[in-house]
Amino acid sequence: MSPPVSQRFLDLLEHHGYDFFTGVPCSLFAGVTRILDREARYGYISAVREDSALGLAAGAYLGGRQPVVFMQNSGLGVSVNAIVSLNQIYDIPALLVVSWRGRPERPEGPEGRGDDDAPEHLIMGAVMEDFLRLLTIPFALLEPATLERDVDELTRTMHATRKPVALVVPKGVLHQ
Amino acid sequence: MTRAEAVAKVADAMGSGWLAIACNGMIGRELYTHADAPSRFYMIGSMGLASSIGLGLAIVQPSRIVVVFDGDGNVLMSLGVLGSVAAAAPANFYHVVFDNAAHGSTGDQCTISDRVPIEKVAVAAGYRRSIRVRSASELDHTLSRFFTEPGPAMLLVEVERGNQPGIGRVESSPAELTARFRRAAME
Repeated sequence: MSPPVSQRFLDLLEHHGYDFFTGVPCSLFAGVTRILDREARYGYISAVREDSALGLAAGAYLGGRQPVVFMQNSGLGVSVNAIVSLNQIYDIPALLVVSWRGRPERPEGPEGRGDDDAPEHLIMGAVMEDFLRLLTIPFALLEPATLERDVDELTRTMHATRKPVALVVPKGVLHQ
Repeated sequence: MTRAEAVAKVADAMGSGWLAIACNGMIGRELYTHADAPSRFYMIGSMGLASSIGLGLAIVQPSRIVVVFDGDGNVLMSLGVLGSVAAAAPANFYHVVFDNAAHGSTGDQCTISDRVPIEKVAVAAGYRRSIRVRSASELDHTLSRFFTEPGPAMLLVEVERGNQPGIGRVESSPAELTARFRRAAME
């Protein structure tokens, strides 16, 4: 039996040199956080806020590590100032693994957007891709079929630009 | 005691090879003006994150002493990070807070640290120890032993309001500061 997707994902990140893990959880990648919480060797730091997680990751980068920051997309809002006035101007890279709550799934729905999710996620969910583009964060949608290629390409971009890149986690991939 | 004097005293108490993270605003500029070094990282934005950066650094470089130069406004903005520091409990993490109960860089508007004793919050969160000093002589006395015992520890220094006229601005670009600091931290 092959390992679950969450373990394969972490293996892939380690294979690409990521060696510092911090963040704030989301049910959409609960499978990954379960492994990070359980296995001390990852040294996962459970952060109190998403922008603090970016700060922790920046400190780890300054100390020679290659960090990953996990967050729900609600945390992107919390993180805007850290991204633009720390990471992007100081050339401090990080791989952001960002869940996509409120993803529009039924464009014909009454709200015309991700109306299957809880109300607090609908607006951020609807503007998620525009938001990442506005902040000039290169991103890819995490899908099992293209995962290896996307992590490889995003990591290359991250090394070349020394700025954050994002992997967007949809529902149903890393939840267990 | 002015903040610039206090910053200089703390900087002078640091050993070679120690790493410093300075928060945004005047504190970083005062450290830079007093004694710049590649092992000193000055923030110009992202208020509140110096403690997080210092913590991440202290965790991955456990053999290096990390000193965070912070302000009361910065600490209050990220009070939860005191808990993160306590939970991770790196022995090499030293948090120095220059407290003038004001936002010095924006015109000395009041913070709330005159009513919220930050050093007590740190100990309540789980810092190994903390101390408040109120004068230059108290600071001198405390600095003679503050860094000799393990952290995480907080030194809160009460300082006067007001900024030193003609204080310098950090000349290197942010990206240059990152590159040189990384080299210094990874030596």
